Amino acid sequence: MLTRKVELFVGLFLLTGLLAFCVLVFNVANVELKSSKETYTLRAEFNNIGGLKVRSPVKVGGVVVGRVSKITLDNKKLVPVVTLTMDKEFNQFPETSSLSILTSGLLGEQFLGLTPGFMDDDIEMLADGDRVHDTRSALILEDLIGQLLYSVSSKDN
Amino acid sequence: MGVVSRVADLGRVALDVLAGLGRAGLMLWGAIINVPNISKGLPLVVKQIYVLGVRSMVIIIVSGLFIGMVLALQGYTVLADFGTVESLGPMVALSLLRELGPVVTALLFAGRAGSALTAEIGLMKSTEQLSSLEMMAIDPLRQVIAPRFWAGVISVPLLTMMFCLVGILGGHLVGVEWKGIDSGSFWSILQASIEWRQDIVNCLIKSALFGVVVTWIALYRGYEVTPNPEGISKATTSTVVQASLAVLALDFLLTAIMFGQ
Amino acid sequence: MSDSSSLQNTSPLVEIRHMKFNRGSRVIFDDICLNIPKGKVTAIMGPSGIGKTTLLKLIGGQLTPDSGEVLFSGENIHQLKRQQLFELRKRMSMLFQSGALFTDMNVFDNVAFALREHSGLPESIIRKVVMMKLQAVGLRGAAQMNPNELSGGMQRRAALARAIALEPEMILYDEPFAGQDPISMGMLVKLIGELSSTLKLTSVVVSHDVDAVLSIADYVYVIAEKKVIASGTPDELRASNNPQIEQFINGRPDGPVPFHFPAEDYQQEMLNGRS
Repeated sequence: MLTRKVELFVGLFLLTGLLAFCVLVFNVANVELKSSKETYTLRAEFNNIGGLKVRSPVKVGGVVVGRVSKITLDNKKLVPVVTLTMDKEFNQFPETSSLSILTSGLLGEQFLGLTPGFMDDDIEMLADGDRVHDTRSALILEDLIGQLLYSVSSKDN
Repeated sequence: MGVVSRVADLGRVALDVLAGLGRAGLMLWGAIINVPNISKGLPLVVKQIYVLGVRSMVIIIVSGLFIGMVLALQGYTVLADFGTVESLGPMVALSLLRELGPVVTALLFAGRAGSALTAEIGLMKSTEQLSSLEMMAIDPLRQVIAPRFWAGVISVPLLTMMFCLVGILGGHLVGVEWKGIDSGSFWSILQASIEWRQDIVNCLIKSALFGVVVTWIALYRGYEVTPNPEGISKATTSTVVQASLAVLALDFLLTAIMFGQ
Repeated sequence: MSDSSSLQNTSPLVEIRHMKFNRGSRVIFDDICLNIPKGKVTAIMGPSGIGKTTLLKLIGGQLTPDSGEVLFSGENIHQLKRQQLFELRKRMSMLFQSGALFTDMNVFDNVAFALREHSGLPESIIRKVVMMKLQAVGLRGAAQMNPNELSGGMQRRAALARAIALEPEMILYDEPFAGQDPISMGMLVKLIGELSSTLKLTSVVVSHDVDAVLSIADYVYVIAEKKVIASGTPDELRASNNPQIEQFINGRPDGPVPFHFPAEDYQQEMLNGRS
């Protein structure tokens, strides 16, 4: 009842559809199959996270070393707490490292820039569950403009 | 008397609509519980996937390509004003995955395959082929309706995936090859802004539901056809109209649930 | 040919008792009783539009009467569960007016369809059975053709081959002679007669073709105006002096069955000149 041609075409159709799905998932959404890749988590508190989102990258000098996995608000201190999932491959950051929220381009996506701190004998490396103390919040355009206006007007006086 | 009879008419229409919904629901239920079995049902489903899916591939891929290119072209002129042409990738990809992909695929499917389904079932009914199955102790729901239903539900999400992918490639074609956006930043920003659960899984859910709705309406219109040429042409038209409206309404509802918050 | 009393004594395969059926507000059948004896050809005649096809659908369980009952070898068809009804339907089959061949398969697959679905026989045996059935209707050579390549008469014969594929106990023929040229009509008359005599099939023929029906039927019911107005063997009907029967059998245009559909007085309507 079914000709060979029909079967072949349907097989090809299903394959094309699945292939399109896979390309969308792995190339467009960039899902990494190796989610079991070894990671460790860090936490950091910011005053203001601006437009940071879950899955925003963590970069060191432009190289992605991890991603934001969770953003919550500390209920007591009322400041945002960001949880980072870091690649185990990059685990040689000293405790003195700092995190800042940067923007790629003028209106681009925001990401976390990690600046490695100085090394010393009594300084340990950041490990799973540690907190990064030195953080710099996102630049808020309105605040910047406000400061600019303030400094301009104070100079006038 | 005039008012009374008009109220009575209204009541009758309401009851008819309700009864129609009931019959449509029963038919859907019959199609769902008659999941085709491997030996007898699978060949029927394969044949219907050929008729509904494979034969719709060309129109879906060509439309996807053009819609992606047009989106990119329009987006480019707007984004260029703000100096953020690199955001073209996410703009094209997000519009396709979240809205245009599932919706346009479902609309095209309703026009290309849904109308054909209605006409085919309607003709089978008016030539007494459905009655004939009944008299052979074979449930037409199992033999005729269920394979087509499942083929539609399988085909639409796959077609949607093809549509989205080809559309993104079309956007790439215009943005990168023609307008000269850097290929690397096009893809990296695109990848960074698409979240697979939020965008791709929702796209699949939408398209699967659209597949159910379009195929259901097409089959029901055919199954309930008045068995004459005029009835079949009316049913075919109302399949396209009702399926399109249902897809658009459902899309708004789903978007509100998925992205509205 | 046997007389009517002996025919009525053989146990009936189908009994219809005091059946009423309405379509919307229109009454189609009002209190109909009839028996279909086993192994005989029973004809149901009547003017067109009288609901003869509806009667067959009621017997086949596709429609449900508003009151009364239809018994098939003692079982009330309309009280069976769906599964039981399907089991029962394997014992009967129906030849539709249009043939109703499945247009997406060739003649061979059409005939083989019910066998593949219900018999569970291996394909090699199914092939032999199908060829036997096609040989019986003279279409073995057309096995690989599509239904739309066949003439109307051939389609009906192919449908007949499909109807007898599962060797049912009863076949319901819906207007088997309508729109057939004399040759294919002759073939069908011969086939129906042969099938019922050689296979001991119970046949129910619904038709308004008086001559063809009277030549093959063992017993005839005439239905008009929602009721059975006469029944008997063909000879008894021919001898009948009931004016309605006489009009129908001799095909006179006017008589107790009026030529005019009920309407207002003609003269009055023309004079009034308004509608």
